[in-house]
Amino acid sequence: MSLDTIKVGALESEAIHIFREVVSQFEKPVLLFSGGKDSITLVRLAQKAFYPAKIPFPLMHIDTGHNFPETIEFRDRLAKELGVELIVRNVQDNIDSGKVKEETGRYASRNMLQTETLLDAIEEFGFDACIGGARRDEEKARAKERIFSVRDDFGQWDEKNQRPELFDMLNGKIDLGQNVRVFPISNWTELDVWSYIEAEEIEIPSIYFAHKRKIFVRDGMIWSAEDDVVYRDEEEVVEERMVRFRTVGDMSCTAAVLSDAITIDKVVAEIRESTISERGARIDDKRSEAAMEKRKQQGYF
Amino acid sequence: MNVLKIATAGSVDDGKSTLIGRILYDTKSLTTDKLEAIETRSKANGFDYLDFSLATDGLVAEREQGITIDVAHIYFSTAKKSYIIADTPGHVEYTRNMVTGASTSQASMILVDARNGVIEQTYRHFFINNLLRIKDIVVAVNKMDLVDFSEEKFNAIKAEFEKMVANSDYKDQNITFIPVSALKGDNVVSESENTPWYSGRTILEHLESLDAKDVFEKGQARFPVQTVIRPKTEEYHDYRGYAGKLYGGSLSVGDDVTVLPSTTKSKVKSIHFFDKEFKKAKKGSSISITLENDVNVSRGDMLVKTGEEPKITKELTATICWMDKDPLQASSKYFIKHGVNDVQAKIISLSTIMKPDFSGEIENPTQLTLNEIGDVNLKLSKPLFVDSYKNNKSNGAFILINPKTNTTSGVGFIK
Ligand SMILES: Nc1nc2c(ncn2[C@@H]2O[C@H](COP(=O)(O)OP(=O)(O)OP(=O)(O)O)[C@@H](O)[C@H]2O)c(=O)[nH]1
Repeated sequence: MSLDTIKVGALESEAIHIFREVVSQFEKPVLLFSGGKDSITLVRLAQKAFYPAKIPFPLMHIDTGHNFPETIEFRDRLAKELGVELIVRNVQDNIDSGKVKEETGRYASRNMLQTETLLDAIEEFGFDACIGGARRDEEKARAKERIFSVRDDFGQWDEKNQRPELFDMLNGKIDLGQNVRVFPISNWTELDVWSYIEAEEIEIPSIYFAHKRKIFVRDGMIWSAEDDVVYRDEEEVVEERMVRFRTVGDMSCTAAVLSDAITIDKVVAEIRESTISERGARIDDKRSEAAMEKRKQQGYF
Repeated sequence: MNVLKIATAGSVDDGKSTLIGRILYDTKSLTTDKLEAIETRSKANGFDYLDFSLATDGLVAEREQGITIDVAHIYFSTAKKSYIIADTPGHVEYTRNMVTGASTSQASMILVDARNGVIEQTYRHFFINNLLRIKDIVVAVNKMDLVDFSEEKFNAIKAEFEKMVANSDYKDQNITFIPVSALKGDNVVSESENTPWYSGRTILEHLESLDAKDVFEKGQARFPVQTVIRPKTEEYHDYRGYAGKLYGGSLSVGDDVTVLPSTTKSKVKSIHFFDKEFKKAKKGSSISITLENDVNVSRGDMLVKTGEEPKITKELTATICWMDKDPLQASSKYFIKHGVNDVQAKIISLSTIMKPDFSGEIENPTQLTLNEIGDVNLKLSKPLFVDSYKNNKSNGAFILINPKTNTTSGVGFIK
């Protein structure tokens, strides 16, 4: 039975177009999968781009070891259902071997350490395109990023010298050793992603919905007190509240928000009304004015 | 919801970033944390006002130098529609980034500093907007607060700009003039009390009145095949889906189509989007198509409706906007990317360089240097199937890639 007429929405159509360019222009693409809402959305778009064939590239997770257990469980199940290969590389391995040194103290995070593990994995597998779920509306340095963003051997972003990117013609030509970071949902806003998840009825990890959690408040932000990953001073008081997470990065740098949104439509309604940006709950960006740009120059994705 | 894409244009310091920041502020699109960051930073820089350009100048170098280097994409929405604004650099050196931001935009806001009037960069940017055939142009005469909101000043600039427009060959372009102060907010989102002599719309009111359309929507159906989907499973044993995006027009099951370049004829058997089948697909849709008979189709081929074939050619005449430090010279070779098709190209000759102030052309130049725009003849290693840019944007533009550096060196608009 065929339905009548299809008109694919502009953002969805653009993302699918980008995915199809990636498999055509690169030998070894990989989708960087964090288990968060943006990468889950990417997976759905990739499914749509190649259906009824399977997604023609592996998923890779750079695991900081500080992820929410719900996310990890979700990640493994999704990969299995899709029948795609899941590669996991652990930041812990580099810490154990002494290759990188872990930060300590109050604001310690493994966010920076991810870069090293990512670059190693890119070299190990010879990936020439890494597809990520970054969006331009997230952060001001991200707002400057191209859809095909060329990185050198060291993963560095040359922000002052980006290739022109005209219309929807994507130039994926690179030299040996270079790779490209690809951002199919560059032009989506946080609300676009949430609305899509709602419309498509996409399953997401439970921590995105309001739930009871032991938390403590620091610098006006709400931190999970249920895992010993998050550093807490003795005098920081633990209480139980209804919260949800807006992003599910590394636990040590992802703050929660107070929320009663137990269903997706309530989450979307809250996002619509929110006066704080999504990254406002990420301590890693608060470190300095140029935190993101610096990380990207060093190969962060 | 409809998405309207807009780009800014105008010379350095004309106030592009400030204008966008002001729009974001007055539409309450800046979140509390971003606003606080702007307040802190403005104070630290010793300003007694909010420096809204901080909302868009995202790179350290930009904030240090106080100029925009690369395009920032900014998102906001009103009850009516969603907006994507490309805040582009005004500096000549970064014209390539300005073109990047403008290429996908339907509308453009060209800023003019009321104190300086129309200057070389205004000409250049308007020229590029023309080349790109951007339909709606808003000329924001900015910094009106510095010229006592003078009506004479505004009218003089308008007259000057209209003189330039008279030389343009793009007669369908809509041009609207608005006196503003981006910094103070006059006529940006709300009407100004300082310009009683102006009865037109504010910038936002004007943008709200525009119909959001994909820039590629005009023209006949063109379906460049990006990749062939072959699941090789039992259920889909013989499935060959041609995956691509439909530019212009529509395609329906049963339509007679021609495959290019082979010119093989076939019929559309089915149209797929994800796990559903459809009778018809509308322009702008990324879909998959199967054909009736077993024809040979691969990446780079194009499906069109029979009777609507574009030109198949191994020679092109195009206007090229050059974006590389290495100049374009006769007999040099490049890769051409036209849609999803890659071929090699050799420059046969350069016929003219256009003066971006519409004052004429330079005949028979020897090269095209960074930021110059000129007419060029090219020979291709394999045929391309093209339309003129005026008739079909998606199938009438290409990029030139430098084979030594792999960088995107220029953009071409087929005559
Ligand atoms: N008085 C006054 N100053 C303004 C106005 N608009 C912008 N400015 C100032 O002009 C300077 C340049 O503004 P920007 O917004 O950075 O200029 P721009 O056009 O984005 O510059 P580039 O991006 O580098 O091309 C800043 O100091 C602004 O505060 C205005 O309406 N009135």
